[in-house]
Amino acid sequence: MEEKKGRYGLYGGQYIPETLVPAVQEVERAYETYKNDPDFQAELKSLMENYAGRPSLLYYAEKMTKDLGGAKIYLKREDLNHTGSHKINNVLGQVLLAKRMGKKRVIAETGAGQHGVATATAAALMGLECEIFMGKEDTDRQVLNCYRMELLGAKVHPVTSGTMTLKDAVNETMREWASRMDDTLYVLGSVMGPHPFPMIVRDFQKIIGEEIKEQLMMAEGKLPDAVIACVGGGSNAMGSFYEFIPDTSVRLIGCEAAGLGVDNPKNAATVANGSVGIFHGMKSLFCQDKYGQIAPVYSISAGLDYPGIGPEHANLNETGRAQYVPVTDEEAVEAFEYLSRMEGIIPAIESAHAVAYAKKTAPKFDKDQVLVVTISGRGDKDVAAIARYRGVEIFD
Amino acid sequence: MSRISKAFENKKAFIAFVTGGDPDIETTEALIPQMAAAGADLIEIGIPFSDPIAEGIVIQAADERALRAGTTTDKLFDMVKRVRGKVDIPLVFMTYINPIYTYGTDRFAKKCAECGIDGIIVPDVPFEEKAEINGACEAAGIELISMIAPTSRERIDMIASQAKGFLYCVSSLGVTGVRSSITTNIKEIVDHVKKASDIPCAIGFGIATPQQAHEMAALSDGAIVGSAIVKLIAQNGRNCIDPVCQYVREMKAAVASASCV
Repeated sequence: MEEKKGRYGLYGGQYIPETLVPAVQEVERAYETYKNDPDFQAELKSLMENYAGRPSLLYYAEKMTKDLGGAKIYLKREDLNHTGSHKINNVLGQVLLAKRMGKKRVIAETGAGQHGVATATAAALMGLECEIFMGKEDTDRQVLNCYRMELLGAKVHPVTSGTMTLKDAVNETMREWASRMDDTLYVLGSVMGPHPFPMIVRDFQKIIGEEIKEQLMMAEGKLPDAVIACVGGGSNAMGSFYEFIPDTSVRLIGCEAAGLGVDNPKNAATVANGSVGIFHGMKSLFCQDKYGQIAPVYSISAGLDYPGIGPEHANLNETGRAQYVPVTDEEAVEAFEYLSRMEGIIPAIESAHAVAYAKKTAPKFDKDQVLVVTISGRGDKDVAAIARYRGVEIFD
Repeated sequence: MSRISKAFENKKAFIAFVTGGDPDIETTEALIPQMAAAGADLIEIGIPFSDPIAEGIVIQAADERALRAGTTTDKLFDMVKRVRGKVDIPLVFMTYINPIYTYGTDRFAKKCAECGIDGIIVPDVPFEEKAEINGACEAAGIELISMIAPTSRERIDMIASQAKGFLYCVSSLGVTGVRSSITTNIKEIVDHVKKASDIPCAIGFGIATPQQAHEMAALSDGAIVGSAIVKLIAQNGRNCIDPVCQYVREMKAAVASASCV
């Protein structure tokens, strides 16, 4: 897909302060070395299988399929991975890379806390120091995940600048990296930021789609008709889509967080409402005003509460290869409850955005067609927030 | 000779930074000619950005104040146009690429030239991405200022050879803000730059005291001070003009005395 180094059509690039350029180029060189290094790949494969629990299941959601009365629905169970989400795939790759690069410390941003927990886990396993930057809004929304990170030996820094959410956590992690890069790698959590991160994260996540293809071939002897995944920065979606990009019969559908609705200012639907800009190291789509001030976005899901989208997604949208649809808080919460009751699977509120769209679209497909929905994470972390949303008081 | 080059002619330059529109446009408009009168040789005007990733907390807060006060790129253009009639020193904009890109790069550069802006500093556009704005700046006749960091090392020759206006040498790792001491080997970096190019070279990031300004100007062609001025504006609000000008006079004297070293 890359026509030029680090570019996806118009999008991508390396828009970072001079101080960080050598650090980012060091990552680029290291990745080029290790991506074809048999030892590195063997160690990563072993970690993926013996530590993270891959391959993750591709589960036929029979009750859901019958209930919706359309396409056969399969769920790609990234929620069953160690640490409870797809984030572990990328983190094992990047932390292993950090170790091979001789780094002693990793830093990372986190929204819902899933990437922070995964990074803290991998750092504990591989014996690196770990510091996590998390918006103050999110440390309040995700108290348990903060404590999990501390249990794993990481230091959590609540970020109080700007809107105190994911974008501000990214700002702060970049600032921290610019002040200390010799012994530190910034483990970016999504397919975003300056090149080479969108490429590295996609490469470490593309195993999701590769497994879907193989597992569905075993189960149904065919390609899926559509693959559906939620999109914030877009790492689980990119991981799910990438293998299928050349298979043009497979529809690729990304579900964005529309918060209170795409017409309400409180949303985070970047493709629906955003425009081209350059921020966080990349040219991509962003929610912003006419002067290029980044908009304060909102979603019930801390993991999708981000005003941008990865550059490769922006390009897939522009070329029409993938389609991006908005899903509101209310639809996501309903889907969260639906999947819990229908299949006994509590999805992350992020993943519930994909479930919500699958519910909507499945009846429009024929019964012999197949939809794959990526359940990017498990919903334990969201139970308290959903109770709050429903006005249920929970006492510990 | 460009106004920026003239600012370095036969002297060390004291370069002052203010966030445009902090605490409001009127204050910035009054401040700029007074700072020039107090001895600033070049003034950088920050166009506030919602997410200034190269700034420390002092300038982050200034950007937030300015945006809350309703500052926009257009209002700053209008302000600069009015101020240009009152000052002869070079004025440069410092901002991030997104406000420029969103405004329309060509339109932005043209507007800068029309209003009397001499150059722009864009910390999140490194050498490799210069093509994003360079053409527009050249067409409009404004200078795109390049930066060199303590990490630049073998990149210095490449950056210096194509630099315009002056070179902004970043004294320290990390973000903008006052530092008690500047520990990087800035002398080595400036010496390297001087071998590569005869472009004037000013040092910024972390300079707050006259002593630091004197030392940095002695090593280079000038000292850039941002956060220390912005702090005075934060403390004094609309009454900042006297304390800022007093500070500028002290700093200018410290920088000027470095010329005789």
